This record gives sequence, C-alpha cells and structure tokens, in this order.
Amino acid sequence: MSIHKTAATPGTEREHALALLRQMLLIRRFEEKSAELYSAGKIRGFLHLYIGEEAVAVGTMQALTKEDAVVATYREHGQALARGLPAGKIMAEMYGKANGCSRGRGGSMHLFDAGRRFYGGYAIVAGGLPVAVGLALADKLQERQAVTACFFGDGAVAEGEFHESLNLATLWRLPVLFLCENNLYGMGTSLEQSESQTDIHLKAQNYNMLAEAVDGMDVLAVESATQRAVAQVRRGDGPYFLELRTYRYRAHSMSDPELYRSKEEVAQWRGRDPISLFDAYLRGQGMLDDVELKALEADVANDIDWAVAEAEKGEWEPVADLERDVYAGVAA
Amino acid sequence: MTPKTTPMTMIQALRSAMDVMLARDPNVVVYGQDVGFFGGVFRCTEGLQAKYGKSRVFDAPISEGGIVGTAVGMGAYGLRPVVEIQFADYFYPASDQIVSEAARLRYRSAGDFTAPITIRMPCGGGIYGGQTHSQSPEALFTHVCGLRTVMPSNPYDAKGLLIAAIECDDPVIFLEPKRLYNGPFDGHHDKPVVPWSKHPLGEVPEGHYTVPLESASVFRPGSELTVITYGTMVFVSEAAAIETGIDAEIIDLRSIWPLDLDTLVNSVKKTGRCVVVHEATRTSGFGAELTALVQEHCFYHLEAPIERVAGWDTPYPHAQEWAYFPGPARVGAAFKRAMEK
Repeated sequence: MSIHKTAATPGTEREHALALLRQMLLIRRFEEKSAELYSAGKIRGFLHLYIGEEAVAVGTMQALTKEDAVVATYREHGQALARGLPAGKIMAEMYGKANGCSRGRGGSMHLFDAGRRFYGGYAIVAGGLPVAVGLALADKLQERQAVTACFFGDGAVAEGEFHESLNLATLWRLPVLFLCENNLYGMGTSLEQSESQTDIHLKAQNYNMLAEAVDGMDVLAVESATQRAVAQVRRGDGPYFLELRTYRYRAHSMSDPELYRSKEEVAQWRGRDPISLFDAYLRGQGMLDDVELKALEADVANDIDWAVAEAEKGEWEPVADLERDVYAGVAA
Repeated sequence: MTPKTTPMTMIQALRSAMDVMLARDPNVVVYGQDVGFFGGVFRCTEGLQAKYGKSRVFDAPISEGGIVGTAVGMGAYGLRPVVEIQFADYFYPASDQIVSEAARLRYRSAGDFTAPITIRMPCGGGIYGGQTHSQSPEALFTHVCGLRTVMPSNPYDAKGLLIAAIECDDPVIFLEPKRLYNGPFDGHHDKPVVPWSKHPLGEVPEGHYTVPLESASVFRPGSELTVITYGTMVFVSEAAAIETGIDAEIIDLRSIWPLDLDTLVNSVKKTGRCVVVHEATRTSGFGAELTALVQEHCFYHLEAPIERVAGWDTPYPHAQEWAYFPGPARVGAAFKRAMEK
C-alpha cells in the first residue's frame, strides 16, 4: 500500500488532512451510535452500516463540487455525511421523523437532499445507475459542466441495469463517474460466487470506458484517483469508472450469522482500517498527536449528540399529510 | 392413520415443502440470491444445499431477470425450478420474463412448452421495511393471464400450497406474508408476538400432502357477514370479528387467482353482506376484482354495498407504517358499515 499526498484541495495540507480524518471519524461514530439506537428501538426496519468503508465516501467526495450530483445506495449514510448533509437531518430521517431530510418517509435507505444535489439512497440494487445516467444526460443536453457521481456495490454489477447504464453512458459520452464500492459480498454471497469476472473494472473497460481499481482503504489514494477521474470526465470525453476495493466490518444489515466469511478475513481487513492507516500516516508526517485526535473526537461527539437530540425532538409527520406528494399538486 | 405432525413456523413449513419435493422429484431445483450457502434471507432454504448438494440448491447473483428467465428455460425441458426473489419488492427487473415469457409460453407454443416454475417471494409490511421492503404486488400478477398467484396465511397451508405449486404445470407466483413467518399476527403490533407453536395451524404433517390450488378455506364460519381476504389480513379480520362481536364468516382465498369462486359465492349468498380486505393499495387492487365478482354473482342476495378495506394509495410509509396498515379498527369499522344498511 502506498499513501500519496495531495495538493488539489483548499487550505494547508495539514488542515485538509485533518478534515479528511474528521469526516471519517464522524461517519464511524455516527454509525456506531446508529447501531446503539437500533438496539434501543429508536431506529427500526433495515439498517446497513458503512463502518470500514469510510475512506471511499470521504476520499471520493473531495473531488466533487456543489454543482455535481451524487446518487447512492441503501448503505449511504457515509456518502450523505461526506456530502455535507447535516448529521441531525440524517439521524432524524433514520428515526422516521418529519424533520428528517426526506420528512421521515424514506428512513435509513432513502436519504435525499435536493439542495446538496444528493439524489438519494436507492434500496433496489442497481436502481440508481440509470437514474444517474439520466442526470448526466440532462447536464450534457443543457450544457452544464456538472459531473454525476454514482455509487453502487459489487452486487449491482450482476443486474441488467448496470450494463445498460454503462453502455448508454459511454455511447452518449456522458459525464458520469461510476463508483463501485467493492466490499466483496452481496449480502451473504461472495463475489466469486456471483461474478464470472471478479475484477469489476474490467467489465467497464469492455464498454470502452476508462476504468481502474483503487485501494478503498486508503483515503488519499481514493482522493487522488477520484481527482484524476473527475478531471477526465469534466473534459467531456465521457464517463469514468473506479472500482474501490473496501470491506464492511459489520453484517449486511443489522444481523446475519456471517458464516460466509472467516474471522481471519475480517481481522485481516480490520488490520488495514482506513482510519487507523490515516492516523498512522498523519502522525508519521508530524500532522497529528494525541491532543489533536482527542480534540477531533470531542468535536465529532458533539455533532453526534446534536444529531441524536435533533432526531429525538422531531415530530412524526401527521397522518393526514401522508397522501401528499403521491401526485403533483395534491395538497395535504 | 393420521400422519405425524410437528409444530412448525411458516419458514419451517416452507422449508419442509421444498425438502419433500427435492427428495421426491429429481427435476426439482431450488435457487436464488443467498438461497444456497446462506440459506435465504429469512432462512427458508437453510440446510437444503448441505442435504441435496450444489446442483440442486444453489446461489444466484442479484439478477432477478436472469433467475426467472433461466427457470423458464429449465421448465421448458421438464424441470421444476423453485426460485426465490428475496423480497417481492425486488421482482420488477424480472417482470419481462414473468409476463412475456413464463406466463405465455404454453399459450403461444400451443402447449408444446410450459413453464412449471414456482417463484417464491416474501411480501407485505409490518416490519418497518419502508417502501422497498413491504409491498404486496399480487394484483400485478393476477392481471397477467397464465400465471397462478397464491398466498398462504399459516404454516399448514404454506406447506401444502407450496407442494401443490411445485407439482403444478403452470407458473405459480407464491407470495409469503413475511409478517406471518414466525406467528399469526392480528394487527395489534404493540402486543407480544404469538408463536406458531401456540396455534393449531402451526401443526404441520411431516411428509407429502397438498392443499389444492383454487381451493379457498372457510377460516372462521359465521352467519352475518362474509369477509373475503388472504394472507395477514385473515388474522386481522378475525380480530375485527371478535372485537366488534359481528358473526363474520372469514374466507381465506389461499389461491388468489385462479380462485375458488363457489366458496365465496355460497358464503355471500348465505350472509347477504360482504367486506373485501387486503393490505395492498386500494385502487386497482385485487379487491376491485373480488368486488366485481361478488356483484356479478350475488347481486340479488346483497343487502348492503360491498365494503373494501385496503392499504392507502401511497407508497408504504416507513414511519407511519401502522397508519397505513389496515388494522382491526379499520376492518371492524367496515364490518359495522356493512351491517348498518
């Protein structure tokens, strides 16, 4: 593994590096708190945690501007936080409260924020891909310079929509950045059990798309690869595909027996934890010490406390309003 | 001699049906996402791969169209594939294979080829699944001629119907109300869950038996009012009957389409009043078809307009799930309206 420096972002190098670390810590602590709140019955239904994959959301998001669009999956708390959705709006959504980012209608799997051009959590595997291609097609036809970043998992590449989307994006030379979060398992089935070609980026190359695999546990590697890819897409030559190799530490949803992978494998990946790796790098560079880390953790803890307080104080959407937004112009 | 029975959950009963058919018929194969090694997201196929091997019970990628389409092809060669779509909400990518291929293969080949396949899918709400893990899409299937659509309400029927579905020469959509997997559910979500081991319909024969397709059951006999329903709403309707004190006869369709018309017509002719109940959205729901059928066959016996109780015409809300779900209060109110006139 090699960790690269980057100079493509504002602020001093140290300020930027600490901002990356803080975002990864925020996601990790947010997810840990979510698991706790799920056990307490505050968050209900399905909950897919992002722990282990933080470097992917944080690294990729650095390359996007606020005019760019983001499409994500049902494991999207990390992307939403890294995109700048307030933690309180996300937590309230996960509670199902009306002050949540989707008025409590979506829950954990369906986070939306038009203002931040966050076009959703898609809970149907591969459902977001053609939508992302459509956003990019509109940008191209209306001559906007925006890039659409589309996150999806390794499981999505077996769906027809994946192939239709890659073909259309290349054929029409659309500004899409495909971001495959390859965590090696689609629920309880391993990539080897579900794919004839396990080097997923090679599939994209077959559609004549520029594509590469990236170490998804290395936030700086993710960041620099995404900067390169976005620069290429912005030139108007069509889409780019990154396969980000990463790992989820937790079960697919809140619980499964995890018999599909060995404890050794999990331990091996945890040994390359994105936060620990970056922490060690920063200390080696003289950019971080215990005092600084403690301050960051305290700052993040404040954000989490605030998020939970927002969710707790939120109200349920009135039952009388639930038919709103089924059709245009139908008021409560 | 009465066959030996064992208390089973609906999950165990479904597994037992597949187990029996895998043992009896070498043409039966079981596959789908996480079905083999993992044993299914709701554990319905647990242990079957270990018992029958990877050529009989196997995993497929997240490719609903591919899963259903390959089942059609195998079916044309005489196999009897039993495939699982992980949630009914995930079947849409397979709808072309279901509608254009599976349902019509027999008709357009004038009977040369058939698709004797069973497509299992968990459906319905009650677990805070939100809009993509709670749907009841039965009416999308009943609208397609050539498909059979089935929904059991208890372990005994689940096993007997699944065996009948696997043995049937037509494609069968087998909808499993996931809220009933572990116990009957009367819609009172704040009460403790009752397990199937405490319910008579949780007693399931161990070997082969069938519950014939197109046979409804009179779940609860009554004289004042006929309730036509299926799946989770069978128990909700029972609770509503108890709570209102109305002597309702509850018909559990079991086979939604084609259905057992005689049982429901005879009941409505006897009671003169009819309430149709389902969890799916109201407009163009299967209740509309049931209402039309009762009107066509029982008009001169009806003493009051037919009532429909259903989910709302909205996506399944995540937080307000219990406002959407047609619980015993909503069903009971419809009973009372039907009795007033």
